[in-house]
Amino acid sequence: MSAIEATHLRRRFGERVAVRDVTLRVEAGEIYGLIGPDGAGKTTTLRMIADLLEPEAGEVRLDGALGYMPQQYSLYGDLSVAENLAFFREMYGLSRDAFRARRDRLLALTRLAAFRDRRAQALSGGMYKKLALACALLHEPKVLLLDEPTTGVDPVSRRELWDLLHEFLAEGMAIVIATPYMDEAARCHRAGMLDRGVLLVEGAPSELLAAFRHPVLAVRGDRDALEDLLAGDEDVLAYTPAGARLRIVVRDGRERDDVARLERAGARTEPAMASFEDVFLARMRDARSAP
Amino acid sequence: MSAAIRVRGLERRFGDFVAVNDVSFEVGAGEIFGYLGANGAGKSTTIRMLCGLLAATAGAAEVAGVDVVHRPADVRRAIGYMSQRFSLYLDLTVDENLAFFGGAYGIFGARLRARREAVAAELDLGALGAELTGSLAGGVRQRLALACAILHEPRVVFLDEPTAGVDPEARRTFWRLIRRLARAGSTIFVTTHYMDEAEYCDRVGLMVDGRLAALDTPSGLKRELAPGRMFEVHGARAAEVAAALPGATVEPFGASLHVRPADTSADAATLREALARRGLAASVAETDVTLEDVFLRVVGRTP
Repeated sequence: MSAIEATHLRRRFGERVAVRDVTLRVEAGEIYGLIGPDGAGKTTTLRMIADLLEPEAGEVRLDGALGYMPQQYSLYGDLSVAENLAFFREMYGLSRDAFRARRDRLLALTRLAAFRDRRAQALSGGMYKKLALACALLHEPKVLLLDEPTTGVDPVSRRELWDLLHEFLAEGMAIVIATPYMDEAARCHRAGMLDRGVLLVEGAPSELLAAFRHPVLAVRGDRDALEDLLAGDEDVLAYTPAGARLRIVVRDGRERDDVARLERAGARTEPAMASFEDVFLARMRDARSAP
Repeated sequence: MSAAIRVRGLERRFGDFVAVNDVSFEVGAGEIFGYLGANGAGKSTTIRMLCGLLAATAGAAEVAGVDVVHRPADVRRAIGYMSQRFSLYLDLTVDENLAFFGGAYGIFGARLRARREAVAAELDLGALGAELTGSLAGGVRQRLALACAILHEPRVVFLDEPTAGVDPEARRTFWRLIRRLARAGSTIFVTTHYMDEAEYCDRVGLMVDGRLAALDTPSGLKRELAPGRMFEVHGARAAEVAAALPGATVEPFGASLHVRPADTSADAATLREALARRGLAASVAETDVTLEDVFLRVVGRTP
């Protein structure tokens, strides 16, 4: 069986359907990115997989112990780094020797060893997240669920967290990460786009990009003038800055008209690569405009 | 270019620790200025000094024509401030929140109504006036927080990680609105951890350990600080690629690798050949250098 098998999960809160029908399979050694806007059902899905919340329908099977890192603060702010880890040792019922060995390895990996006596509330955002991760990993889970672990964390700490995740992946862990960062979804082996409780699409990021049908152009010219030109254009699905250029996504089949219009306005265009965010936003828009 | 913010040799010490160390820069009126740095690099301390909330221990700073070092209280009316922990009252309606913040700035009656309509139109808050703030989606709540910060028509707007935890669609909308504000003449000073957002800024300053380590346009920073090219390699292992391309930085990126060769003139074809010589049939495509590459380089983790 897969390391994580969640089939046809469904959960309501009162009238509101948070998760309508979600099926996820994640293999050992694989990292799966769960992406979606606020309220799409990411946290509810993770909480059902973690058995913190009972699904109304559907089933979850995990092959091995579970580690879970919630989005909200999960540590004791007035306890030190080492004391927080010791607290989790009690929860997991680890033997003293096993605990010491794992604690020391995790402190080394997270580069928190020098801060073991610092209180959790005095850690920077990135260090705090690394400690929360260490606590979730103390009992050497086979399955790890991370709920927006990098929100509000600077790029250096973000990169460190990702390097850590790759170490554990290499050891055969299965990881699900919920994230609003599109570039992080692109770092996953597979990613699923969740919207209003349903997975709109899932697959390897490279496959999703390859299947993206709308042309993407890099446009060079006066940025303010270009934005004015593009703002009211129904065929321009998205535009984002990239250095001195503007990257635009044009509706499939309409690129010739748009290129002509942009060039009349003095801009130069060249083909560009789609980003994962383009794929995501286009899918979302298609789903929203469908009856 | 008339400067909306002028900072000269600004410094803030906390005991022995120098949180902001001899920082100088100018921000022009109508400019979007991005202020980036790792957690603890001195970004928030700078903002707190520029907003007149924290005294500088040395240096000079002028915001919207006000000397914030000597007259910190006078700057409040000239600036707007919004942080990631936007301080809205969730049990008040949208209109009540706006009225509350208006009151704090001495805006009442007809002026309040006029400004409320103006910001609602500017920030696409439309007909949400009677909605309870607690029931709004994150992206809308964020726009309301911005509305509260600009209700009194400040010349300079400080945004401290305004989009942390907001989804991509809402982030794009938010930045479109920020650009609209800037084009209407407001000066924007913004901190963010999202490197793709820094691309929306006219210029970007990079803080490292309290010092301003770099300051330029996004394209200028990439040219200067992350020269060369970046490639995405698919179908080979990191260790194999590193062995085939001595001196290259190689890092896992999903199922593929991001590779920056030591030879800055190398293109996709030469890389493909170098890999093929080692018996690696990998696909290679050029990809964009990002501000994240710049950041990691300047802050000093990636060689």
